[in-house]
Amino acid sequence: MLNIEIDGKVVEVEHGSTIIDAADQLGIAIPRFCYHKKLSVAANCRMCLVQVEKFNKPLPACATPVADGMKIFTRSKAAVEAQQSVMEFLLINHPLDCPICDQGGECDLQDIAMAYGAPASRYTEEKRVVINKNIGPLVATDMTRCIQCTRCVRFLKEVGGMMELGLINRGEHAEITAYVDKSVDSELSGNIIDLCPVGALTSKPFRYTARSWELVRRPSIAPHDGLGSQIEVHIKDGKVLRVLPREKETINECWLSDRDRFSYEGLNSPDRLKVPMIKHHGEWHETDWKTALEFAGGHLKEIVGTHGSDELGVLISPNSTMEEAHLATKFAHGLGSDNVDYRLRHTDFRHDGKRLGVIWMGCNIPDVQEMDRILVIGSNLRNEHPLLAQRIRRAVANGAELSVVNPLDDDPLIPIKHKAICSPNDMVNVLSQILKAVSGMERLSLCLPKSLSDLLEGVRVWDNSQAIALSLTGHGETMDLISPRSAVFLGNISQHHPRYTEIFSLAEAISSLCGATFGVLSAGANSVGANLVGAMPKAGGLNARTMLESPRKAYVLVNVEPELDCHNAALAKQAIEQAECVVALTAYKSEALEDATVLLPITPFTETSGTFMSMEGRVQSFTAVTKPLGEARPGWKVLRVLGNVAGLHGFEFDSSEEVKDEIFGGEKPSAVVWRTLNNNLRELIDVEIKVKLDSDLQRVGEIPQFQSDAIVRRSPPLQKTKQVTKAVLAGIHPEQLTKLGINEGEKILVKQGTGSAILEAKADIHVPHGCVRIPGAIAATASLGDLLGEIYIERIPATAPQEEVSA
Amino acid sequence: MSLSAESLAKIERELAKYPPEHRQAAVMSALRIAQTEKGWLSKDTIAEVADYLRIPAIAALEVATFYNMYELEPVGKYKITVCTNISCMLRDSEEIVDHLEKKLGIGFNETTADGRFTLKEGECMGCCGGAPLFHINNTDMHEYLTPEKVDKILEGLDK
Ligand code: SF4
Ligand code: FES
Ligand code: FES
Repeated sequence: MLNIEIDGKVVEVEHGSTIIDAADQLGIAIPRFCYHKKLSVAANCRMCLVQVEKFNKPLPACATPVADGMKIFTRSKAAVEAQQSVMEFLLINHPLDCPICDQGGECDLQDIAMAYGAPASRYTEEKRVVINKNIGPLVATDMTRCIQCTRCVRFLKEVGGMMELGLINRGEHAEITAYVDKSVDSELSGNIIDLCPVGALTSKPFRYTARSWELVRRPSIAPHDGLGSQIEVHIKDGKVLRVLPREKETINECWLSDRDRFSYEGLNSPDRLKVPMIKHHGEWHETDWKTALEFAGGHLKEIVGTHGSDELGVLISPNSTMEEAHLATKFAHGLGSDNVDYRLRHTDFRHDGKRLGVIWMGCNIPDVQEMDRILVIGSNLRNEHPLLAQRIRRAVANGAELSVVNPLDDDPLIPIKHKAICSPNDMVNVLSQILKAVSGMERLSLCLPKSLSDLLEGVRVWDNSQAIALSLTGHGETMDLISPRSAVFLGNISQHHPRYTEIFSLAEAISSLCGATFGVLSAGANSVGANLVGAMPKAGGLNARTMLESPRKAYVLVNVEPELDCHNAALAKQAIEQAECVVALTAYKSEALEDATVLLPITPFTETSGTFMSMEGRVQSFTAVTKPLGEARPGWKVLRVLGNVAGLHGFEFDSSEEVKDEIFGGEKPSAVVWRTLNNNLRELIDVEIKVKLDSDLQRVGEIPQFQSDAIVRRSPPLQKTKQVTKAVLAGIHPEQLTKLGINEGEKILVKQGTGSAILEAKADIHVPHGCVRIPGAIAATASLGDLLGEIYIERIPATAPQEEVSA
Repeated sequence: MSLSAESLAKIERELAKYPPEHRQAAVMSALRIAQTEKGWLSKDTIAEVADYLRIPAIAALEVATFYNMYELEPVGKYKITVCTNISCMLRDSEEIVDHLEKKLGIGFNETTADGRFTLKEGECMGCCGGAPLFHINNTDMHEYLTPEKVDKILEGLDK
């Protein structure tokens, strides 16, 4: 520890800290532009100059390490003069267009100029102009305003993992640009808006809609992935105008993914359902709540009464709140049905009844960054968990080794140490190889139960599996077996896998052998919460798949667009189509709900109170940040009244807190959570090692980042991004294309089950042989079947040339 | 379009000077080698160099635009860069510039119609002792210039 003095205040700081760190610790303000605590130090703006005793020139506080006994002055004459000069210098080329600049009112340059600059400008010469750039639909640019602090450049390179912007030219001609006409496509790109200290980078969707001081700011929780990012929703006249991150070091730090930041545009979509609707003779009619609820409740009761309670199926989106999930489950139980599920995109439920607790990520979010070895199985990390990917990126930058087993070779923008890219079916084989390799390692072999060692008898371990195993066990070096810093994570592709249970038990075995943390990176904002409230069949009821396979007469859908949110789109569509009564609680009118019977408008997360439980088991409640649109009502209220109308007991809630209390039995949520989180299985599950290769083509149906749920799908700016407009519809390895005799760009017929679609074939070297990448959750593929499963491809015969008519 | 095997071999030679995980370190030499082959650095050439070094294209562009000996526009067969900084100026570099401008009929940053000559203004080349001076195509330095000497040098150049 070093003792230093800043402005007469003595402070003890750690070796290696800079003056700016020390001042921040003391709460002494030092103006800055280029410095950011999460980025590397560039020291190029010079705004942070301070006077240091025994130095005859001012020093940049952000880049000067403290020395013992250092005396620093931030407001001395020399310091103030230096700051004023830098300010004057920075303003030379900065346009004074604050009145038409979106950053006005929340601009670092404006604030610091007021606090540290001279009262008037002496500059009368011409200012430079920088030609503006278009870097995509999310970030608006005004490059003449840029002060070249390079925060945006450093963010994209260091945090985003790909240098998409750069500082070209020199001196007065220096400017920030992307390469020629490229756009910035990072899934974290919105953060450069927050980082930019001036109005050079602003939010394109938000542009010119409001002044920062007109906005009401309310805290909430991001509703799209399992991270549980804390957000601040900005509202004017009851309308959500933008979303910014709230700083929470242990969750989202000061960042936000683009999905969480720009999805709000979907809240204001014209698709929003404003009044309840009932279908009569194939025609939709608007109605009032009383009629709609009585109709829905009555109809459901009637079906249950005449055909048995087993005829009711309840499907709940994993992005619904805990309260909604709990009440929907309670409603089903109340009517005597055990057919409830939130795992809409899952297809393998063999682990039901064998889990010991609620499945979670196995550790806390910041722990990920501390790991030395990470194995990720079946995940397109950047797509599924953009900010978690960023933590893994940092772990790897600090020396961790990342291995992946995946059916897609997409670049996570993280250096991968070892990888096994294989067809979905082969993933199970690869995992058993890794297990065998791990179990064969010294000191660990003793721990393997007989049943497993028998199973692994004939398995031949390939080189890359061996390498992954070696990496996980720390290369045979003595590992800290008490608290090894290694982890095995299952991503969305694993969870949607037809052999999820086998993958799960193999991964669990691998991690327990090498003492690694084992966890599941759940897809929805409330997957873990829905698991905790028990929104799953308990006593042999039907699950999300069987409910559709053996169609029910009645369904209740909570925030579900069946053909986009379910594992098997075609199956979902058919089941809903044939049902006698479908009660859909939804925030949107949607094509996918055309076959419903009643539409009950419920509010999205901004207009309801509720609770999400993140993948690390954190229970986060939020309140409504704005009023419900039209007649829409919070989901928990609608479910409560539906319960009342159906004459069920235990639906007397006055607030969502009461529902929450019921969920946690009046206990502190954390107590309940720590008791229930558990990724172990009661017993080992049979794993079938297939040696034969698949003869058929396999579909790899990932869920694209900006299609994951109903809100995101309706956000115009996100839908305009390259990720969406350039999305691959049928990605096939180029060699496979040649083998099949298909040309790149050709329209092909893909068939799955009874459905088919015509898609464009694209050469995609990231897809393994024998596989086709066809995303789910989009209308173009909503007629197809399983996300992961067999698929057939046919060329479309060219239409016969018209016969020439000869005279 | 793409770089010749010879240039790539030269780049490989440069790469061998640095640890394998620091391929970026060879960016300046690689750009120079590419420019020698192509005459100038088009955006495509820069992107190709970047790809070869496995760095983002923008990172190579940053370097290419920072140093003014990299040419981002096509130049003539002979690029003459005259130093006009203080020492050369005191030794009358202006006269040399005037002479060249008159003789070639072009100003700074222009190329003769026959594509033979481009004139560029250079910064101090660290050889003030030989002022005034210029170099041709970045490598061929000529000192103690007089208009007569300039004529001779230009005559000596290949058509
Ligand atoms: S655009 Fe903004 S963040 Fe980027 S360098 Fe310029 S001022 Fe800094
Ligand atoms: S903040 Fe220190 S130089 Fe920019
Ligand atoms: S000033 Fe011309 S070489 Fe130095």
